[in-house]
Amino acid sequence: MAKKTTKKTSKKSTTKKSSSAVEPRPSAWGKRDARTAAAIRDLTEGIVKSAMSGREPKVDIPTRSSANTKWNKSRGILQMGSATTTRQLFNLGQARNFMQTLLHGQGINELVDAGKTLSLRGMFYKGLHTVKGTKEKTFNDQTESDKVLEDLEVTLGALREELHIFAKKRGTMVGNITVIDNGDEINCRKMGSGGYAIPSICEPEVIQFKNVDADFILHVEKDTVWQRFNEDRFWETHNCILTEGSGQPTRGVRRMLHRLHKEHGLPVICLLDCDPWGHYIYSVIKQGSISLAFESERLAIPEAKFLGIRAKDYEQCELSDDVQIELNDRDITRAKQIMAYPWFADHKPWQKEIKKMLSNGFKMEVESLITKDISYVTEVYVPERLKAEDWLS
Amino acid sequence: MAKRERTKANAETMATKQRDISVSEFFAKNRHLLGFDNPRKALLTTVKEAVDNALDACEEASILPDIEVKIEEVEAATSASKAGRYRVTITDNGPGIVRKQVENIFGRLLYGSKFHRLKMSRGQQGIGISAAGMYGLMTTGKPMVITTRPKKTKPAHHLELAMDTSKNRPEVTIDVETEDFPQTSSGTGTRVSIEMSAKFFRGKGSVETYLEQTAIANPHAEITFIPPDKAKEDPTLASADKGESTSPDREGGVTSDTSVDSLADASGSSSSGPSGEDIARTTELPDRIVYPRTIDELPPETAEIKPHPYGVELGAFLNKIKTTDEKQLAGFFKNEFCRVPPSAVKEITDRASTKTKSYSGQTWIKSIETADADRLYKALQDSKLRAPPTDCLAPIGVRVMLAGLLKGVRAEFYAASTRNPSVYRGNPFQIEAAIAFGGELPGDQPARVIRFANRVPLLYQQSACSAHKSVVETSWKNYGMSQPRGSAPVGPIVIMIHMASVWVPFTSESKEAIADYDEIRKEMRLALQECGRKLGTYIRRRQKMKREGQKRDVFERYIGEIAKACNAIAGADTEELYDALMKQAKRRTEIADAVLDEDGQYVKDNSNGRLDNDDGVIIMRDDDDTPPPPGGTGFQPVTPNEPESPARESKSTRKSPAKKKPAAKAKPKPKTPAKKPATRRPTASATEAKPDAIKNKGKPKPRVRLGQSQESGLFG
Repeated sequence: MAKKTTKKTSKKSTTKKSSSAVEPRPSAWGKRDARTAAAIRDLTEGIVKSAMSGREPKVDIPTRSSANTKWNKSRGILQMGSATTTRQLFNLGQARNFMQTLLHGQGINELVDAGKTLSLRGMFYKGLHTVKGTKEKTFNDQTESDKVLEDLEVTLGALREELHIFAKKRGTMVGNITVIDNGDEINCRKMGSGGYAIPSICEPEVIQFKNVDADFILHVEKDTVWQRFNEDRFWETHNCILTEGSGQPTRGVRRMLHRLHKEHGLPVICLLDCDPWGHYIYSVIKQGSISLAFESERLAIPEAKFLGIRAKDYEQCELSDDVQIELNDRDITRAKQIMAYPWFADHKPWQKEIKKMLSNGFKMEVESLITKDISYVTEVYVPERLKAEDWLS
Repeated sequence: MAKRERTKANAETMATKQRDISVSEFFAKNRHLLGFDNPRKALLTTVKEAVDNALDACEEASILPDIEVKIEEVEAATSASKAGRYRVTITDNGPGIVRKQVENIFGRLLYGSKFHRLKMSRGQQGIGISAAGMYGLMTTGKPMVITTRPKKTKPAHHLELAMDTSKNRPEVTIDVETEDFPQTSSGTGTRVSIEMSAKFFRGKGSVETYLEQTAIANPHAEITFIPPDKAKEDPTLASADKGESTSPDREGGVTSDTSVDSLADASGSSSSGPSGEDIARTTELPDRIVYPRTIDELPPETAEIKPHPYGVELGAFLNKIKTTDEKQLAGFFKNEFCRVPPSAVKEITDRASTKTKSYSGQTWIKSIETADADRLYKALQDSKLRAPPTDCLAPIGVRVMLAGLLKGVRAEFYAASTRNPSVYRGNPFQIEAAIAFGGELPGDQPARVIRFANRVPLLYQQSACSAHKSVVETSWKNYGMSQPRGSAPVGPIVIMIHMASVWVPFTSESKEAIADYDEIRKEMRLALQECGRKLGTYIRRRQKMKREGQKRDVFERYIGEIAKACNAIAGADTEELYDALMKQAKRRTEIADAVLDEDGQYVKDNSNGRLDNDDGVIIMRDDDDTPPPPGGTGFQPVTPNEPESPARESKSTRKSPAKKKPAAKAKPKPKTPAKKPATRRPTASATEAKPDAIKNKGKPKPRVRLGQSQESGLFG
């Protein structure tokens, strides 16, 4: 079923056809929109053509799987391979999906035309209706819709932003920087206790930077830790930008970090939990993820540093037994998987780090440092480590 | 024989009591041996014997049988548990019986033409009809009434016959010539009427079931059955009341004509067999039930054969040597047996020869002593002989079996197979099996097994019969049926097994079950497996069709959406695109259409399966499809805000994709009602629960034309 063929058609024709695209709207997105619209049109015309000539309509979708993800060692990022999966109309398991792909194609086409954006949930409703003559809905739930949209992204070779789709906001930022968001100037030094919510779309068309005074970016795993740092005005005392991603950072957060890093040369330093989940967050920030491998180039930050929590901290910081959270079987399996990732496999310090955690037999959260003192993390832990440049990279 | 003194009888006193036992007397006392155990069965056995004889006689005289069975209630039963009194009259159009043989045939037990020969026939021993007469006489005191017309041009003989059981001799009480004999199609015929104490009922093991099954195995016969409740109705009155117009189908309409000519026409035209458009079905009229003729050919004539050496036991062999007219061994082997050519004689005699004594074809019979015979017998059994000739067998045949099943059983799939002849104990026999599957057959009950021996239905002692055993031991699970351990398969299936043989080994004289010979059971199993494989293919294919159908359903469902989206994005012509995609969907799922696109009432499977061109298979087209609701499945592009058409009941409409084709018209134009409603079913009230008898409220058919024929021994 999953026939692997080289993906050529859509990309090639995209560039070729872009000139004949619909009249570009006068907007910052103009050029990108024209390209997106042309790609959708191309895809559709290909289907119509094969239908009319009696051939089976199909769409080649680049495969988003670990097998089709290549580790580019020299660049230090994950990249998507060339394998594609063919989606056919006349295949029982794919017919519905095929229809959904076209429905969303139609939806995006409308969005691009109208110059509006919709959330993923919004797209789900946009494509939702009952299939004529049946009681069947076009989409059962948003998950189904989201997957189709991801497929479309890779098939059309367009970013989600270019499809006029945004995700739920997640992640907060504060620090010595001024951001222009959709024309509004936002001074991130004066964001009170809440911070500036990082938008889902962080493309230069929407977000521009001004007055970037910070020296580096401290990215923490979750909101609770971020609050601690913000309350202690850490960004002020250390002249940095403080971000959090509420767990696995969204594309918006990663794009923001990436742009600040690339455009303003700010090092990205991560403060994450000492558990496989924290390690994986770091891995995604650094190399990119499998499902978004096609976007790695504009998301991954190979130079990102892992400040902590380190497995050695239990002894080094003389933490009490109480902070230990036992590793369960899943954690152990996951840790071993992460150890085997090619970008960790020949990285001795990381091998040591994960082995240490495994031999400890427990994980630790950033909050565990609170057992020392409320502000231990902001006043002692991070400054000391920064000074010593004691991090993993 | 001499007994001891102490019983106070001596040889002499006892000798006074010792005398011949008349066969008739013996059977009068042991009537259960002949199938007259109880009043219910007596009725069936009587009808069975008479019908068997009539069919045998008609076939011997090359007459297509028309048989009428009439049961009248003479005296109602005083209570439900008691027997009533009935008169059973069977009329046929056979060759009739010459006057001087009438008493012998009907009045004596063990008198007939069939016992001494090895020839395939329904009757065998020559007991049946005379036993029925005897039973009638014993229970009512009324003699048997026989009317027979052996010559078209001469008046019929009318006889009343009582029987002296002690002497096994008939007593003729009335003997006149009469013109009162129905005009039959052949001009000749016989009518037997017996009054007896009996109980009429319907259902399992009844006269009706018997006739129904007889009709299945003998589609060349037209059988009319007038049960007591219908016998009361005045045919002419009924005919006047219910004119032709009310007759729901052609069958009823045509047969209501009384003239013999048009009767013949009717049976001719309704007997188009499995290839015809209309299927002649069993029909129930107000005054009678008609099992129409569906095949216009008589079964092939069968030859008589000599015994095959393998079936002869030593005693019989010795007896033959004693009684033969032949002088020398060569002639003896040649004329007393079949399949012993001179080359085989040489082999046998060489094999039997010892150092002291040698034999050859020239050896004189009178020089053969018991020891020699013993040696010869062994050599004979060891020699390699060809199987007995099989022209003595007249299997029903695949085509005829299918026609028979089609008439009586409403199913969707029919398969039949005829095995090659085989031999048990030197008797050639041939097994045939047929199955009907699906359709209106009940799906949750064990298979109905209908058994036949020489075209005679076997109704009792099912579990003792090797036919039933073979059904049980066949593994139906392989063919997609469910089968509880140690029982027949469960599902909508009727299994028919027929054994044709010059000598059918029954377990008893009442001929209810076939004895369990390994050879027979094996052949039965093989025949069933042949049918089963076809059934399995069909079931699998049906499942595949269903799957393909569902598949197309899925495609069809989404194609509309896709066409719309393509229109919105790239401005493609929605309608054109929809048609193109539907065409592809059809092509890719064409198996679903294999049987459905046909307009015929039923079609041979013309998909590329193995059932293709198989003469042994008939597949009915399911024509119960309801036309799709107007606009129901059609895709109407460019009008996205139109209210959704009612959801389709995908199951039933699914089967008729061809019908709902006119899909992609931009405007919801009214669909032509896809098809004229099904016409296969003769009546709306067709057979609930009971697949075989169609209750057809047609018009009556006042006719009296059936003759009977029993030229030679109709016993049986």
